[in-house]
Amino acid sequence: MPKPNPFKSFGEYLIFLWRAFTNREPIHIYWRLYMDECLLIGIDSLTIVAITSTFIGAVTAVQTAYNLVSPLIPVYIIGVIVRDMTILELAPTVTAIVFAGKVGSNIAGQLGTMRITEQIDALEVMGINSTSFLVLPKIFAGITMYPLLVILAGFLAILGGYVAGTLGGLITPDEYIYGIRADFIEFNVTFALIKSFVFAFLITSISAFQGYYTQGGALEVGIASTKAVTNSCIALLLADYLLAELLV
Amino acid sequence: MVEVKNINKSFGNKQVLFDVSAVFKPGITNMIIGGSGTGKSVLLKNIVGLVVPDTGSVLFDGRDFHSGSREEKKALRQEIGMLFQSAALFDSKNVEENVRFPLDMLSNMPMDEKMDRVNFCLKRVGLENVNKKMPSELSGGMKKRVGIARAIALQTKYLFCDEPNSGLDPLTSIMIDNLIHEITTEYNITTVIVSHDMNSVMEIGEHIIFMYRGAKLWEGSNETIFDSDVKELNEFIFSNKLMRRFKR
Ligand SMILES: Nc1ncnc2c1ncn2[C@@H]1O[C@H](COP(=O)(O)OP(=O)(O)OP(=O)(O)O)[C@@H](O)[C@H]1O
Ligand SMILES: [Mg+2]
Repeated sequence: MPKPNPFKSFGEYLIFLWRAFTNREPIHIYWRLYMDECLLIGIDSLTIVAITSTFIGAVTAVQTAYNLVSPLIPVYIIGVIVRDMTILELAPTVTAIVFAGKVGSNIAGQLGTMRITEQIDALEVMGINSTSFLVLPKIFAGITMYPLLVILAGFLAILGGYVAGTLGGLITPDEYIYGIRADFIEFNVTFALIKSFVFAFLITSISAFQGYYTQGGALEVGIASTKAVTNSCIALLLADYLLAELLV
Repeated sequence: MVEVKNINKSFGNKQVLFDVSAVFKPGITNMIIGGSGTGKSVLLKNIVGLVVPDTGSVLFDGRDFHSGSREEKKALRQEIGMLFQSAALFDSKNVEENVRFPLDMLSNMPMDEKMDRVNFCLKRVGLENVNKKMPSELSGGMKKRVGIARAIALQTKYLFCDEPNSGLDPLTSIMIDNLIHEITTEYNITTVIVSHDMNSVMEIGEHIIFMYRGAKLWEGSNETIFDSDVKELNEFIFSNKLMRRFKR
């Protein structure tokens, strides 16, 4: 087996994207595929995203309260921290990792299976650009659905913080509401949405790349799935850092 | 008629095909036979354009596949059908959708016409009342039949089959062989079958080329195959006891 070379792989990834976006089939062919993928991706990750974000919000509230020892700091700060953490990192980035695990591995597994069972060759023989036919709907469905999931995750995380904080007697409802509205910077939401577009693109395209070039058998499909998740996570954390440097 | 001219192909520094030339005529079943790893599948992939040869050309009734423009390639693709070793049915689509797929993608037929064609093709391969079944619910032989139906859905002029009867019992194998043979003569298709099954060779091998280590070593028909004095071919034919009984 040839030694993996990250630069060569990166080049191949770019060529892969180029092939996906050029010589497409006519647009109308993609509409159904896109809608199917949207449903699949949305429904696939809805539950897990809802559960993780709610709990993360709750834990953030509880942890912040626990660490607020000075009586000089007003309690509504819990609300501020939950809001800012959620919008800046927890909703877009942590959800992205969950999304990579769920949707990324799914995409790689599906394309890998199609590759080893010659379904991709079958498309090519018919003269269909298999790269764009299989990959474009997934990328576009990803960048449509993921920001929606992030919005939901943000809402649920803040709600989780509210529930945990008020039920645990750490903060009153009024203080929390005051906190999440204090010094609100609108750009943070824009920033979160920009991040979510970028992350969704990275996760879907990297996972598709891993799956598409699977060689071998069932074992390699499993490996491709795992690689899809790890590589997407690395890429999205790197992108997270770069975007923070660039935009904040 | 498909003409293969002086094809050479290497993967890395390993040459797999050595100057292979052949002419495949319409209306008869052409076969490519030879031991495992001798380059039969690679030759077929070169012919259908899944692999680009290093040198040499493939002509479909005079039209050069590899040097043609994208439109020419696309037009030619619609005349090519291929049956894959694993049938390569799209596992997310049912039988009917699989057979309809090339029509959906490449023709402008109205729906009722498409369904007529689908049902005609399914009937032709001896499958009725399985329209709504998923590929995972079919037996190996049925999958091959659906694969054939899909390959001929678009009034195919050229049909390529990679080991159409691998993994099938002898009776089903012969049925699939005969089905391919009947379709070939009935519609005057240029058919090329890759096989290493001597039963198929005897049953339908009207024109045979024998591959050995990437080169064409012998050419003839099932009438003349026993009279050859090519040592490697004789070893291939008489590798099992049953065939040795026929040795003259
Ligand atoms: N994509 C590829 N990259 C590198 N080597 C390849 C590739 N495809 C095939 N080969 C090599 O080419 C040789 C011929 O393979 P091919 O699949 O044509 O054999 P075959 O005659 O079809 O055998 P079988 O009857 O077992 O299917 C093999 O040694 C194989 O390792
Ligand atoms: Mg083969």
